[in-house]
Amino acid sequence: MSGRRFAAPWALLGFLLLLALWEAGVRLSGVSPLILPAPSAVWFALLDGFRSGQFLTHGWVTLSEVLGGFVLGGGGGLLLGCLIGRFPLLERVIYPSIVAFQTVPKVAIAPIVVIWFGFGLASKVAMAAMIAFFPVIANTLVGLRVTPAEQIEMMVAFAGSRGQIFWKLRMRNALPYIFAGLDIAIVLAVIGAIVGEFVGAQGGLGYLILQRNFTMDMAGMFAILVVLAAIGMILHGLTRWVQRKVIFWIDDEQDRVVGA
Amino acid sequence: MLIEVDGLEKVYTTRQGARVEALSRVSFNVREGEFITVVGPSGCGKSTMLKVLAGTLARSGGHVRLAGSPIEGPTPEVGVVFQAPILLPWRTVMSNVLLPAELQRRDMRRHRHSAEGLLRMVGLDGFATKYPRELSGGMQQRVGIVRALVNDPAVLLMDEPFGALDAMTREQMNLDLLRIWQESRKTVLLVTHSIPEAVFLADRIIVMSPRPGRITDIITVDIPRPRRLEMINSPEFGAYVQRIRGHFGASGSFDA
Ligand SMILES: Nc1ncnc2c1ncn2[C@@H]1O[C@H](COP(=O)(O)OP(=O)(O)OP(=O)(O)O)[C@@H](O)[C@H]1O
Ligand SMILES: [Mg+2]
Repeated sequence: MSGRRFAAPWALLGFLLLLALWEAGVRLSGVSPLILPAPSAVWFALLDGFRSGQFLTHGWVTLSEVLGGFVLGGGGGLLLGCLIGRFPLLERVIYPSIVAFQTVPKVAIAPIVVIWFGFGLASKVAMAAMIAFFPVIANTLVGLRVTPAEQIEMMVAFAGSRGQIFWKLRMRNALPYIFAGLDIAIVLAVIGAIVGEFVGAQGGLGYLILQRNFTMDMAGMFAILVVLAAIGMILHGLTRWVQRKVIFWIDDEQDRVVGA
Repeated sequence: MLIEVDGLEKVYTTRQGARVEALSRVSFNVREGEFITVVGPSGCGKSTMLKVLAGTLARSGGHVRLAGSPIEGPTPEVGVVFQAPILLPWRTVMSNVLLPAELQRRDMRRHRHSAEGLLRMVGLDGFATKYPRELSGGMQQRVGIVRALVNDPAVLLMDEPFGALDAMTREQMNLDLLRIWQESRKTVLLVTHSIPEAVFLADRIIVMSPRPGRITDIITVDIPRPRRLEMINSPEFGAYVQRIRGHFGASGSFDA
């Protein structure tokens, strides 16, 4: 019953303990900061990055790539998923190609994408979109199939058309699945953007990691990882927040089975 | 005759290709305003028959007519109540009730008004803006009944509508249903597992045999209306119950 409410303080305690161990380990062992920086060094690099404005400018670049890719890839996956769900013939025509494409490692395509779309924003958006696309279309298709037969029978009995059954029923039942897909997609979009930046870029946090890699600025690189993790967590949290607003009829808190 | 069923046959073909004869030469007529109950052992084709009448299942043979014209698909003239309420959890009670009107693109303002009246009639006024999860099982089933009534259909088809309810709620729902029926003058076809329920509600009882479902008896119930719960204890009520039990022998899988 109280397990959830007190989860956050416990997690924080564990995290602080880990940091303390790490700090002590680095200091006592005398390991070179070129190999492993102490948390305190990372902290100062973090402050530096924000003070100099570097994190904000590069962070903004990466964030726009992520959001652009998410909207394009996630939106595309949703749209195509709905289309295929609505007209099942399309599933046999299009979906095998989509699955085949999904089996190609996106990281391996990155150099080609950069050649096609250049060193600017477009290639990163394309990378993020490609990675974000599949989880959304796959989840949309699964979600569109989960509507209980009895609900469909009810709609048919009241003379609902195929289109009405799709929009008023199957789409609604698919929403939890679609959001699960979007949640995965937004985190994957961050990976796509960073991979794109690694291959060739003029800005962004991935680009900044490479720069600092050249100067062996370990603490600086760790600081960027912290920023990336924060971006990922915020985007994930936002998705979950929207999800709870949209899928209001599923209330985990109240429906929780005692002991589950 | 409002409903004419003549030589109705239904054969299902299973995935393995086997033929399951669910209904065999079923014939009966229903007059306008009549309350018909259907009893029969599990699997004898009661739900199948109701689905054919609702227009959601194609028949394999015979004729089924509603007000003279063949039933070829779902029509607004027929309202259906299912064994489970089957309400949509993202819709409020009112929005669930109005679903049939919405699907048939009716004038929503007018239907909202009649829906309010119907909700009041089943004792659910004040619940219009609630969500199904906030309602008890019996209340949800009443919402299901109102939903079936909202288009003002001539016929109400009910497939074990109270099967999932406890005995006390069930008795109350039976009384409510009779009141609704008397006020709205619908024609009702109700499937039930409970022989006393079948007797209590019916003008006539259709008794069906095990698969393939045939009609073994049609019993006219001459107990006066309005019916009251005390009548269940009367000897003539008991005689009807005995007569139906006789059709199934000791093997019947029926509620008391
Ligand atoms: N889709 C189907 N495919 C094959 N056989 C079916 C199908 N639906 C029903 N049947 C068979 O048809 C017979 C009649 O089924 P139906 O559901 O109409 O019975 P019922 O009288 O409503 O039973 P119950 O009282 O248990 O609800 C059963 O033997 C069942 O196995
Ligand atoms: Mg049945």
